Amino acid sequence: MPRDYKITGFLSDEELKDSPGIPSEARRKKSPVAAIECLEDIPCNPCESSCNVGAIIVGEDITNLPHLDGEKCVACQTCVYICPGQAIFMVDESLPDGKATVMMPYEFRPLPEKGDLVIALDRGGQELGDAEVIAVRQTKRMDQTATVTIEVPKDWSMRARAIRLKN
Amino acid sequence: MHRYEMICVGAGPAGLAAAVEAAKHGVQVIVFDENERPGGQLFKQIHKFFGSREHRAMERGFNIGNSFLDEANELGVEVSLNSVVLGIYENGAMNVMVGDRIEQVKAQKILVATGASENMIPFPGWTLPGVIGAGAAQTMANIHGIRPGNDILMVGSGNVGVIVSYQMIQAGSRVAAVIDAAPKIGGYAVHAAKIARVGVPFLMSHTIKAAHGKDRVEGATVIQVDDSWKPITGTEKRFDVDTICIAVGLNPMTQLLRMAGCKLTYVPTLGGRIPAHDVNQETSIKGIYVAGDISGIEEASTAIIEGRIAGLAIAHSLGYLDEDQFLDQREQQYQSMKGLRSGSHGERRGKAKKYLNAMMKG
Repeated sequence: MPRDYKITGFLSDEELKDSPGIPSEARRKKSPVAAIECLEDIPCNPCESSCNVGAIIVGEDITNLPHLDGEKCVACQTCVYICPGQAIFMVDESLPDGKATVMMPYEFRPLPEKGDLVIALDRGGQELGDAEVIAVRQTKRMDQTATVTIEVPKDWSMRARAIRLKN
Repeated sequence: MHRYEMICVGAGPAGLAAAVEAAKHGVQVIVFDENERPGGQLFKQIHKFFGSREHRAMERGFNIGNSFLDEANELGVEVSLNSVVLGIYENGAMNVMVGDRIEQVKAQKILVATGASENMIPFPGWTLPGVIGAGAAQTMANIHGIRPGNDILMVGSGNVGVIVSYQMIQAGSRVAAVIDAAPKIGGYAVHAAKIARVGVPFLMSHTIKAAHGKDRVEGATVIQVDDSWKPITGTEKRFDVDTICIAVGLNPMTQLLRMAGCKLTYVPTLGGRIPAHDVNQETSIKGIYVAGDISGIEEASTAIIEGRIAGLAIAHSLGYLDEDQFLDQREQQYQSMKGLRSGSHGERRGKAKKYLNAMMKG
């Protein structure tokens, strides 16, 4: 049987649970950290080569899956806009009042603006509900891949992976 | 008759890489391309490439194209556009139509890097305006800035299908679904995930039954297929779309090689009838080399490495590079290739390439 994601197009929570790029719940509660959703042996390693603190290891065989060392990750955000597969997100579950933030790569235009209310979508494109944009970042080095950070209820932090703008 | 040391047919990633590599070592090179712009498919690749730094990962295809053109220019490589190579004859003689004039040229070494064309599938309504190749949709949106349609059905889930779907959404279209007769998605999971998370459904084991409309596409019906790819009556679904993009694979453009008498062999993994070639990318006809999609459908990054290997081999055979330097530099290219031909997407292509190399030994 093919893996689920080869039929649906997206990774299920089950498939991601024990994957080497996902930080532990304890780590996510401490401070912002990368979450790498890459489970296929494709030849690619920009996440590793762009990480200045050595928190992502692919190794010599570039079809290896990226492994995240959550303790080393300083949430510099570089891998989020570098990853050609747009498979890396930054989650922060350290916020009070049951809130969390999710940063995602964003290549659609127009860009949302800080303070906008957008619709948060899960990996399968299902609507989770409204979310506020708390940061939008776009620099020359990011080469047209912006990052958008939204504030969400804590239990969406590992589910919200895209947004839809409201008209 | 103009004489050259090396003629490249095709100014895509493979042809340009070969021209640049050979020119670096002193070879006098001209590149012919039938299009009005150089770069092959690179200039419509607006996404960031995979691989590692040595493969120019993280860079967008059109930027890679621009840097190749700059390099070719600095090295004095002549790029002749609107130039259709009509035939390759004995001893490296060629006819080229440049604009409306036919010229005779001759080369000591020829690299054929003509790429591939898109496959089509016939179905009722397939000739209606609005049924287009995914590559055509990409050219319209990314080169000419024209959105091919508002509502799109993508037929084919390989990397072309999923990447072009994403780019159509970037262009402002809605992608109603990606369908594929195969039971699983052919492209990279990360490419599929990018469109799944913005709401594009994947319908695996589905084929297109018909396109509807009088003067142009107004809808499409898809149907599920069983394990032996037979349509299952009663599973039809209709989509209100104005555009149907076909992304069902590519076929190497080997016409010039067939005319020259190069040995071809059928290798389904690599996209059809492929010229046998050795580890220097040289075909069964001495002095005729191949690189890129014509020598087996792969990717721009592998095409570039194949081009470099051919460029090195040509520089060596013309005496610009001694044996040790050549073998050393060729080995570096093969090391760089190794990663790209491993993993579940690349390994089968790597094996098929070895088979083609083995054929040359008899």
